[in-house]
Amino acid sequence: MAMEKLERFYDKSRLPLTISKQEARLYMTFIYVAFISLAIGGLMGLLQTLVRSGTITLPWGIDYYQILTLHGVILALIMTTYFIIGFQHALMGKTVGMSDKQRKTAWIGFWVMVLGTTFAAITILLGRANVLYTFYAPLKAHPLFYIGLALVIIGSWIAAFVNWHQVYKWKKEHPGEKTPLLAFMVVINMAMWFIASLGVAVAVLVQFIPWSLGYAETINVLVSRTLFWYFGHPLVYFWLLPAYMAWYAIIPKIIGGKIFSDSLARLAFVLLLFFSIPVGFHHQLTEPGIDPTWKFIQVVLTFMVVIPSLMTAFSMFATFEITGRKKGFGGLFGWLKHLPWKDVRFLAPFIGMLAFIPGGAGGIINASHQMNAVVHNTIWVTGHFHITVATTVILTFFGIAYWLIPHLTGRTLTPAINRLGIIQTIIWTVGMTIMSGAMHIQGLLGGPRRSSYSEYGGTEQATEWIWYQAAQAIGGTILFIGIILMVYIVIKLAFFAPKGNEEFPIAEEEENAEPTPKFFDNYKLWVAITIALILFAYTIPFVDIIQNSPPGSPPFDWPIGNS
Amino acid sequence: MHLHKFEKIWLIVGIGSLVVFLLILGFGAFWLGTHPQSHGVTIDPQNIEAHEAFKPENLGVTQVEEDKYIINVVASAFNYDFGTDEDGAPLKHIRIPKGSTVLWQVTSPDVVHGFNVAGTNVNMMVEPGYISSLETEMKSTGEFTIVCNEYCGTGHHLMYATLEVYE
Repeated sequence: MAMEKLERFYDKSRLPLTISKQEARLYMTFIYVAFISLAIGGLMGLLQTLVRSGTITLPWGIDYYQILTLHGVILALIMTTYFIIGFQHALMGKTVGMSDKQRKTAWIGFWVMVLGTTFAAITILLGRANVLYTFYAPLKAHPLFYIGLALVIIGSWIAAFVNWHQVYKWKKEHPGEKTPLLAFMVVINMAMWFIASLGVAVAVLVQFIPWSLGYAETINVLVSRTLFWYFGHPLVYFWLLPAYMAWYAIIPKIIGGKIFSDSLARLAFVLLLFFSIPVGFHHQLTEPGIDPTWKFIQVVLTFMVVIPSLMTAFSMFATFEITGRKKGFGGLFGWLKHLPWKDVRFLAPFIGMLAFIPGGAGGIINASHQMNAVVHNTIWVTGHFHITVATTVILTFFGIAYWLIPHLTGRTLTPAINRLGIIQTIIWTVGMTIMSGAMHIQGLLGGPRRSSYSEYGGTEQATEWIWYQAAQAIGGTILFIGIILMVYIVIKLAFFAPKGNEEFPIAEEEENAEPTPKFFDNYKLWVAITIALILFAYTIPFVDIIQNSPPGSPPFDWPIGNS
Repeated sequence: MHLHKFEKIWLIVGIGSLVVFLLILGFGAFWLGTHPQSHGVTIDPQNIEAHEAFKPENLGVTQVEEDKYIINVVASAFNYDFGTDEDGAPLKHIRIPKGSTVLWQVTSPDVVHGFNVAGTNVNMMVEPGYISSLETEMKSTGEFTIVCNEYCGTGHHLMYATLEVYE
């Protein structure tokens, strides 16, 4: 008995590790870039809603689609990727450790990403890349735009290699032990990211760069779109999974509870890995060149993601209830009351979870094969991803920032900043409800997405749409106030909050938790199944697309003002 | 690996509903033929006029039977070409009687476009090299805005036309 206790004690004292100053600098640098991007991208978002409401016109010859491109690229590709890599590096440093060599390699990844970001930013700011973040061919941006994007992806791969090496080394030093839960989740997320981004990397390196430089006369449009969406859907899971990491393994600690089930959390991540990639056709449902049977097969595979989502929802609320009941709050809903509503580290991610209920339901509609035609490319879709990535994911990221930034900078989250955080969360929720709600309704009325202010010849429908665009401008303005407040909070936490030791909350399993089956650490098996599913879902339709290809398309630069 | 009893019930009900949902989608798609448009018909984007449907004289509305119409459209940056009226001016407003069946055929000689008759399920991606087509019955009267809903360049929001369905 004594021995057993000693062992357990030893187990716990070993984990979590402390983060060195040098490591903290690396993690924080990623997070700084993320929040600078948030400020710039948020301003662009505000301008878009104002232009589209007919309130303002942009000065100095700035084009609506230029700021739309900047908004999409800097928020969807840059801000998210930097925050996620910074957060994941911190999780790895805390659970499995980061060596000096790994840290130096991670810095190389950071600088490669910065170089790529700079290239892409220059082309966008010069108005030579008004192609939006999806850069659909045959619109042709400046070659440097594509080279920049490729470098961002390659830089993120370096982060992935570092993370995998960290776990590899840790497992060698700890034979027979399971990978710590958060490290396991990071490995899975980066495996998904790597496999998925290979698709867009191939499109950019093999198709776009030679074609934009003039070495290839034409581009196969459908192949480029298919490769993009092979990447584009897992991209959204790449944003979501770090939020899930916080929900499964950090939130329980914040509310004073334990992990509901270590194995179920791992199973959810493995299922998300399987069903995130072989599903890209559900973004291409209304395209003319893809066999509808294969579209349907990928629709079915898409919906498999419902299973880990249901598991996650159950786990979250089970954790809340178990924790509440342990604290002695009875009754059917008594446990709800005990939740730390006044702790922004909990409140922000919790609202993110709630937003995922309408977000998920909207996603089901979008992916529903024939029902997609009702909403495809309407502003409903924009509303959908603002309630998912820009609410569920971002509020969870904010929730992480409130403790991660002071932990890394050796400061504390004071009650005053906590209160500001709660105000920020409320502002965000109100602003997004108005903006995203208006987008959803306008979309159902047929209003298109990705469009500057237009009266469409004054039709009755278009007149109706403008009211919703005005509502979006109101929501967008409220959201921008939220962004200013968040940036203020981040600066405060990073440079001005009182010195101290902010907790890095990592939840533990119950004392008597069932052991996690060993097979979960069999990463090769998970990757093999993922690849098998991808080959199943894509081989036949992809060969079909290539065999039945029309003549390719030459580059078009004049429609985006790039000639 | 242990699953809580309630979680088992939750998952069985959830997965059960999912299966029913997918069966309904599949029934609609394969038995009722409500697949999204996908015909894989190709065309040379640099020579669309070689195709019968997209010769200048065949653009716009063509009545083929009592209640049947074909509407051929060329979507290009930043214009929908429905052909011309008697005076040779480009058509921006087309009319169809209520209850008629319309076969829409759209293609692009340049970049990717969208073709959405707002408020209806006529919603297609238009890509160079392919003919997008969809048959539909125009059941309700009114004026519908036809909008390009896929970004095609800096004049994208100026790409529209109108459809009137009359009694």
